[in-house]
Amino acid sequence: MDMKVAKKKLGLKEKYRLMTRDLGWEPTYRAKDEVFPYVNYEGIKVHDWDKWEDPFRLTMDSYWKYQAEKERKFYAIIDAHAQNNGHLNITDARYLSALKIFLQAISPGEYAAHKGFARVGREFPGVGTQVACQMQAIDEIRHAQTQIHALSNYNKYYDGFHAFADARDRIWYTSVARSFFDDAMSAGPFEFMIAIGFSFEYVLTNLLFVPFMSGAAYNGDMATVTFGFSAQSDEARHMTLGLECIKFMLEQDPDNLPIVQGWLDKWFWRGFRVLGLVSTMMDYMLPKRVMSWREAWEIYGVENGGALFKDLARYGIRPPKGWDDAEKAIDHMSHQFMLGLYQWSFGTSFHSWIPSDEDMDWLSAKYPTTFDKYYRPRWDHIRKLAAAGTPFKNFGLAKLCQTCQLPVVFTEPDDATMSCHRETEYKGEKYHFCSDGCQHIFDNEPEKYVQAWLPMPSLFQELDGDIGAWMNWVSLRDGEDNGDYSGSRDQRNFDQWRGMATSNT
Amino acid sequence: MSTVFIALQANEETRPIIEAIEIDNPLAVVNRQPAMVKIDAPNRLVIRKETIEEQIGREFDLQELHINLITLGGNVTEDDDSLTLSWAE
Amino acid sequence: MQIDLRTVSIQPLRQTFDHLARRFGDKPASRYQEGSYDIQAAENLHYKPTWDPDQELYDAKITKIVMQDWYALKDPRQFYYSTYTLARARQQDATESNFSFVESRGLADMLPPAVREMALKLLVPLRHAAWGANQNNTLICGYGYSTIFTQPCMYHAMDNLGIAQYLSRLGLLLGDTEALDEGKAAWLEGSAWQPLRRYVEDTLVLRDPFEAFVAQNVALDGLLYPLVYARIVDDYLSAQGGSAVAMLTQFMTDWFDETKKWVDAVLKVAAAESDSNRAVLQDWIRAWSTRAASALLPVVEIALGAQADDAVGEQLADFRVRIQKTGITL
Repeated sequence: MDMKVAKKKLGLKEKYRLMTRDLGWEPTYRAKDEVFPYVNYEGIKVHDWDKWEDPFRLTMDSYWKYQAEKERKFYAIIDAHAQNNGHLNITDARYLSALKIFLQAISPGEYAAHKGFARVGREFPGVGTQVACQMQAIDEIRHAQTQIHALSNYNKYYDGFHAFADARDRIWYTSVARSFFDDAMSAGPFEFMIAIGFSFEYVLTNLLFVPFMSGAAYNGDMATVTFGFSAQSDEARHMTLGLECIKFMLEQDPDNLPIVQGWLDKWFWRGFRVLGLVSTMMDYMLPKRVMSWREAWEIYGVENGGALFKDLARYGIRPPKGWDDAEKAIDHMSHQFMLGLYQWSFGTSFHSWIPSDEDMDWLSAKYPTTFDKYYRPRWDHIRKLAAAGTPFKNFGLAKLCQTCQLPVVFTEPDDATMSCHRETEYKGEKYHFCSDGCQHIFDNEPEKYVQAWLPMPSLFQELDGDIGAWMNWVSLRDGEDNGDYSGSRDQRNFDQWRGMATSNT
Repeated sequence: MSTVFIALQANEETRPIIEAIEIDNPLAVVNRQPAMVKIDAPNRLVIRKETIEEQIGREFDLQELHINLITLGGNVTEDDDSLTLSWAE
Repeated sequence: MQIDLRTVSIQPLRQTFDHLARRFGDKPASRYQEGSYDIQAAENLHYKPTWDPDQELYDAKITKIVMQDWYALKDPRQFYYSTYTLARARQQDATESNFSFVESRGLADMLPPAVREMALKLLVPLRHAAWGANQNNTLICGYGYSTIFTQPCMYHAMDNLGIAQYLSRLGLLLGDTEALDEGKAAWLEGSAWQPLRRYVEDTLVLRDPFEAFVAQNVALDGLLYPLVYARIVDDYLSAQGGSAVAMLTQFMTDWFDETKKWVDAVLKVAAAESDSNRAVLQDWIRAWSTRAASALLPVVEIALGAQADDAVGEQLADFRVRIQKTGITL
């Protein structure tokens, strides 16, 4: 019985190879182009898919095992949070604006990433690449669902969450995030990987999730901390996939470099614009603050991004074109966004507010060169108007950037007193942009960006500028979901409920 | 010099992992934040299965790291016994 | 404002999200409903795909099946990520115990050599067919319309990969790496496998997600799983002293029983939608299942020899009965 030959001891790498890429084969009954029709048109040259290095070698049995453990932990906390009125543990209901934006704009992005990764998980001819993309596809639907589940209980008690699915397709500011994901999904498989896998996941996701989740932890929101960190644990795999993907493209053929660099320039700027809203959340929306947007940028932008691009320099990659403009915008953007959100708050399914004295002192300390000089005076003025009973509201048509779809609210990179505005004329039509970055992106692919659905012009064309009709169409309940936090139903209810929870009277 | 880093959820399961990382990486700096521990190191950080096993007194599969991992920065190299993060020097 | 705390109790403002209230009324929604209905973007899509400008980014028209509401294709298991993952983790646990039971007791070495040989010859090449299934389900998830229809396809795709990996482990346990090499050579060149490989490659060029669903999940797997895992492994090989092999493929048997309920539910709702859907499904199922049966015949012969014809014929008859119950007559 003991005569059997000992089995070969397989290392992790070899075992994983047998469990994944060895499953594939070269088709002979059908042409490879028929099976993988979209892999060539972007011009990326791949000579040997076997050179792909697998990021994290998880076979399905381990995947199920570890993910199930994460899920059990996650839902135990979410259940407890719902059962114990966990929503009353947050510092203040103002904080919820950040979650409302997240559910309306970011969770749909997770879903889009799920679909996109399923597509590329089918379209790449390399099994290793496909499997990694498929795992990300299933992870991303997890993220969309855990976010909806975590925020579902808030929806029962607070305004602004109830119509996230309608807001996703119709309200103006979600178009910023959705046009980003639509842009990536309408690109070819390789560009999709640079857009979502690399730029978004590797370069920018830390700026979104880590400060966001730390903010949730500081503000007593266990539900969000839990979905955030639970999602991030998958993100580490996704980031590794994104980095592997860019290295793989660059190693396969020198001709790939200019294409990849172009995508990097584009997607860094696209991502930077989308994540701009996070700056406002960090600087304005957290009652108890973790760190400023500037400080987060120093750690996750300058330090990590810097290290990354230094590492990629060996392939000839240089930092993305918009990097310097981004750096110049850091000390301004959160203020510019919040001023914009406040003046258009009639049309947002979340609340904004005028920062308190204490808030403004914190902002001066964190932005010593910009806040007192440019933004405190504006807030002071707005506060005076509010005190006089004539709050500053802008019902006008916000001019939106044709590329990023944000209202054109930014200033020139080198002059914070000059509003930044660019125009391109294409086939007799004028298109507006918020920045050089967005204009360049348009100019490289005008045929794509002329198709953009711009929510504000659509509103005025189709609904004749009837704000009430527009609010019905986007399922925004006037006087409940929108406007100033001060005096809102959320504020009243939270204060009242919290009073009940913390006293016996 | 570039910084590599790994961030783990702050809980009982990661406590010995963090200790093991400190043992194996004398240059690592451990930052403790609410709910999260971020460990930075110059250019390179290695996580060894054996050191973790010494801390917890049982077998440890490096893939268990996935359960509590929040994020990381650096190129990942993974084999049966260790996981290394590095930037090209 | 004056608030009298004594008269106030914490009453929810609403029970669920608007889009779920529209479908199911304002009552607490299940996590399946929250995670599945209307979460795919539906209107005001920004750009046409550069990879096929004739399509929309999410396009219900790329299939011949027409549904007024694609969210009608409910999964009876109500799987969302969490329930799916927990279910598979439990099965994974059981499979792991089975593998270590076989391994630790040396049951693989105690298998009659002919049985072991047959198991390797029959099962190892099927890991490539499972990979083909993974490709098709990933495509259906990627390009199909509505989360209700597509999310189970992603889970199915990962299951297909898991099955391919269990078959690889089976090959390594009963043979060694050589067994995998031989299995792959048979898949690529062995005459018994060529009709099946041709079938799989022909499905890989399908771009109608619903046709891919039929060709893969209905027709091929609807015949392959009961033939190979139930008839051959569980019945025939077990009778020859090969129950250890059946332990190693228990996941596949259980998986097929579970997933066919979903497959049938999808067919039933799609067929009930309209006569034209029913006619399309009828044509597809008839064509693909006839082909699948003949592609599987030489594979079944590996184990059952001359009895293969009868086995495939019986299975095809069972299959027709099953499909009949979904309202589609073959």
